[in-house]
Amino acid sequence: MATPTWPDPSSTSLLGKRISRVDGPMKTRGHAPYSYDVARAGMLYARPVRCPHAHAKVVSVDVSTAEAMPGVAAVEVVKRAGDEIQWALDEIAWVAASTEGAAEDAARAVRVRYEVLSHNVRDDDPSAPGAKESSEEKTGDPDGAAASAAMRVTGSYGLPSVAHCCLEPHGQVCEWQPDGSLRVWASTQNVSGLPGQFAEPLEIPASEVRVTCEVMGGGFGSKFSPDPWGIACARLAKKTGKAVRLMLDRDAEMAVAGDRPSAFAEVEVGVSRDGKVVSWISSTWGSGGIGGSGSPPVPYVFEFPQKRHRHTSVPTNTAPSRAWRAPGHPQGCLITMAALEDAAAALGMDPLEFFLKNLEVTGPRKDVYREEFRIAADLMGWKSKWHRRGQSGADRVKRGLGLSLHTWGGRGHRSACDVTIQPDGAVEVRVGSQDLGTGTRTVIGIVVAETFGLPLDAVAVRIGDSSYPPSGASGGSTTVGGVSASSRRAALKALQGLFGKVAPTLQVKAEDLEAMEGKVRVKSDPVRALTWEQAARRLGGSPLTARGDNPGPGDLTDSGVGGVQMAEVAVDGDTGIVRVEKMVAVQDCGRIVDLKTAESQVYGGMIMGIAYALTEEKIYDPASGRMLNPDMEFYKIPGIGDVGELVVHMMTGKGYDERGVIGLGEPPVISPGAAISNAVANALGIRVPRLPLTPDRVLAAMEGVAGKEVPA
Amino acid sequence: MMPSFEYARPSTLEEALGLLGGGGEPLAGGTDLLALMKSRIVEPKRVVSLVGIEGLRGIRRDGEVFRIGAATTLEELAADTGVSTRFPALRQAVNGIRSPQIRAMGTVAGDLCQRPRCWYYRNGFGLLAMEKGKALVPKGDNRYHAILGNEGPAYFVNPSSLAPALLALGAEVEIRGAKGTRAAPAADFFRTPATENEREIALVPGEIVTAILVPDPGDVRNATYEVRAHDSLDWPLTAASVSLEMHGNILRRARVVLGHVAPVPWPAPAAERVLLGKGVTVETARAAGAAAVEGATPLSRNAYKVRLAAVAVERAVLRAAGKEV
Repeated sequence: MATPTWPDPSSTSLLGKRISRVDGPMKTRGHAPYSYDVARAGMLYARPVRCPHAHAKVVSVDVSTAEAMPGVAAVEVVKRAGDEIQWALDEIAWVAASTEGAAEDAARAVRVRYEVLSHNVRDDDPSAPGAKESSEEKTGDPDGAAASAAMRVTGSYGLPSVAHCCLEPHGQVCEWQPDGSLRVWASTQNVSGLPGQFAEPLEIPASEVRVTCEVMGGGFGSKFSPDPWGIACARLAKKTGKAVRLMLDRDAEMAVAGDRPSAFAEVEVGVSRDGKVVSWISSTWGSGGIGGSGSPPVPYVFEFPQKRHRHTSVPTNTAPSRAWRAPGHPQGCLITMAALEDAAAALGMDPLEFFLKNLEVTGPRKDVYREEFRIAADLMGWKSKWHRRGQSGADRVKRGLGLSLHTWGGRGHRSACDVTIQPDGAVEVRVGSQDLGTGTRTVIGIVVAETFGLPLDAVAVRIGDSSYPPSGASGGSTTVGGVSASSRRAALKALQGLFGKVAPTLQVKAEDLEAMEGKVRVKSDPVRALTWEQAARRLGGSPLTARGDNPGPGDLTDSGVGGVQMAEVAVDGDTGIVRVEKMVAVQDCGRIVDLKTAESQVYGGMIMGIAYALTEEKIYDPASGRMLNPDMEFYKIPGIGDVGELVVHMMTGKGYDERGVIGLGEPPVISPGAAISNAVANALGIRVPRLPLTPDRVLAAMEGVAGKEVPA
Repeated sequence: MMPSFEYARPSTLEEALGLLGGGGEPLAGGTDLLALMKSRIVEPKRVVSLVGIEGLRGIRRDGEVFRIGAATTLEELAADTGVSTRFPALRQAVNGIRSPQIRAMGTVAGDLCQRPRCWYYRNGFGLLAMEKGKALVPKGDNRYHAILGNEGPAYFVNPSSLAPALLALGAEVEIRGAKGTRAAPAADFFRTPATENEREIALVPGEIVTAILVPDPGDVRNATYEVRAHDSLDWPLTAASVSLEMHGNILRRARVVLGHVAPVPWPAPAAERVLLGKGVTVETARAAGAAAVEGATPLSRNAYKVRLAAVAVERAVLRAAGKEV
């Protein structure tokens, strides 16, 4: 069999076109079966006992009253006397009962005594007790280079910790089967990997766990494991012999089930008169909860030859961080791109010119960035709109432009796929992957339908079940490359098998056949053909199944993308209110399977980026250590009216189409914070050091009290 | 999860008043009460629905007074032609509630009686957020808290969208209790509690609001301006409602009331004095804004609200005078 390749872009009927996601109608009609919707006969409901203290030692847990309450089936104690609690709202116990009300009443009757310990929830003080400074990374002679720089530009920057804020909270339904195996309906990014993670603490073979996730309402990197509450749910189901539903409440979802580490920075950039960066000196600090944090990638993308950097990890009594869409990159990107934009402004240069001048050190994607900046500048009208920093006129509303660039890997993960052709022509695909809402189900269908020359609805895509061939967790933009490669290989292999059966009928060799337009036909003489169904009948009585794997033969996936974004903002000079008027994203991601879902990923990333740029932050009360906004009221995310005009341009054609398929989940969320912050600096003439760019921070910066006043 | 409670749905006011005595909470649109019950901030033994009571809903004119039934929804209020043409201050305030669901379910009296949005209160620290005798707000995160009338122990802001406008328009709140009906000036309806057990409104247990009475403004101009960071559902950072009685281009009388700056809607007589005898210009409007926040006492991290309150006044004055901002 020939090495698998992607079809020529000019010859495709589905691949690379704009195709609506296949599960759109079921989601918009409310038929999509989320974990929350799973209802089993006799199902019990689990409710938590949570610790109100940010730091405490458990003295005793008394469940005797709770256990005796009506409707209560079991209590699972997860923290015992002597255990130390490191963040508020950590679980002490779970109660399972016949109704949610009974479970809640019983959970409230659990008596826990604590020895309250001192806590720290402040994450922006690198001198806090427990803070750990890493050793310095140094390249070249940054101090020597800085000393000879024409200008040294310093700045402070920062981003707070934010929540993942999944619309569907974490959780699952667990039910033990008569044969002793465990079924789990989970909201997860990791269908194939979850059985092993459930099996270990439960001390059963992983083969005895089956995990299902048909659809899910957002993960963003926070849903890779069963979490302690998943194991508690399985234990409650075991104890009671019944199905148990355990889903997190909104407060826990916000406070303990998702966290992007904060990052704060001091940067000094040395530049030459003509706008070349000659030195980079930076320090960063921040927290990712009780474990502290690692350094964001700083400087980001730009590999300056003369640089040094150190990071200080600040542990706080808050729940541990989780991978948040492009882990580390939004932080590194803001710190780097803002510092570079400040340097350009200090030189009086157009940042576009400044960035172009320094692209030489951005590595293998430098020419891509150059081309993308050219396109983005056209789409934004950069040349006609840009003005020098602060020269936005006397009007109350100040306008400004900002830009940024980013990178990501995105190579396809390990994936196995079975494609089955039934003797009646029906086609089924099975992959143990999951659709986070990104279009994975649609993409798999497109690849197989394209390969078979069939319409999209002729392919039944079955995913979201750990009994299917294993596929990697959906993290790091690895899914589309993985599942498209495995399903392409499986489909090509199945087609080869079908051709072998059909060839004698059409009196040609298998390799002389092609599957196009619903037919299997002779390449050189397309009139000699069988319909797909006639061809499938040649399989005889049994279906044909072929396995495809990634990695496998042929370069179907690749790694390494670059993207640029530009933002135009309007800032009310009296109120400090920032509005994003327009954003442009230009992005490459190799060979595109579905242009529409690819563009949707970018739109979604930009909106999520506008959210962390303008509104999102986890806010903690210093005295109690509790999160003050674990809700959808004061944990603010923009609505449709807060998102300006969004323009997306995907790079396609020569230089892009011949690459393999590359993931796109992470890249578009990396740049918005930097581009918007830079646009606000351009509009106002001053840098608002920290995100989100709320009126208190903007006004404090305008009044020149940044860093001195409290808005942190 | 809500605790268990008794639910009653009376069809007459008398029945309702009987049921409300002794720990009953009135339920209208439920946009606030149900959330408070779910988070167990309030745990009424009995919830008394008012939806079955005739005559609580709707707007009618009684001579020179507009009578707005307590259970009139916010959407109905804004859609009423008489109200929206005479009282742009009310229409603009309703328009600031950027949720069609809340406008459709929430009622006029519910807007006045809703509990503060203070995040300490909503997270179970109590209305005054005291811990071991110490107030948490002054040393905590008070970015959305009061900048006026905040000498303690109350630091929250009054959350009502309509209240500043009603005060500026000289409205009265009609209250019905076991002892009969009374009407209180809107300004007297709101109070700053001194203890944890006091309410922010002048209702005693067993009383309910039955109507809002707003005098016909004639040719008195009025407007509301909310400083809102987002177009989507979010609370204003500050707000101001004004009514301006003009003689030609000269202001003969002005009422200026701030919202979201104090535990009660906050009249600003100093701003009114600045405006009297002058025409409405950007300069006089700005001077009124500055006067309105004189004596503000911001907490550790809400000084920005002082400026935003001044801006709200300035823009409300200009808007009322037909100078769109």
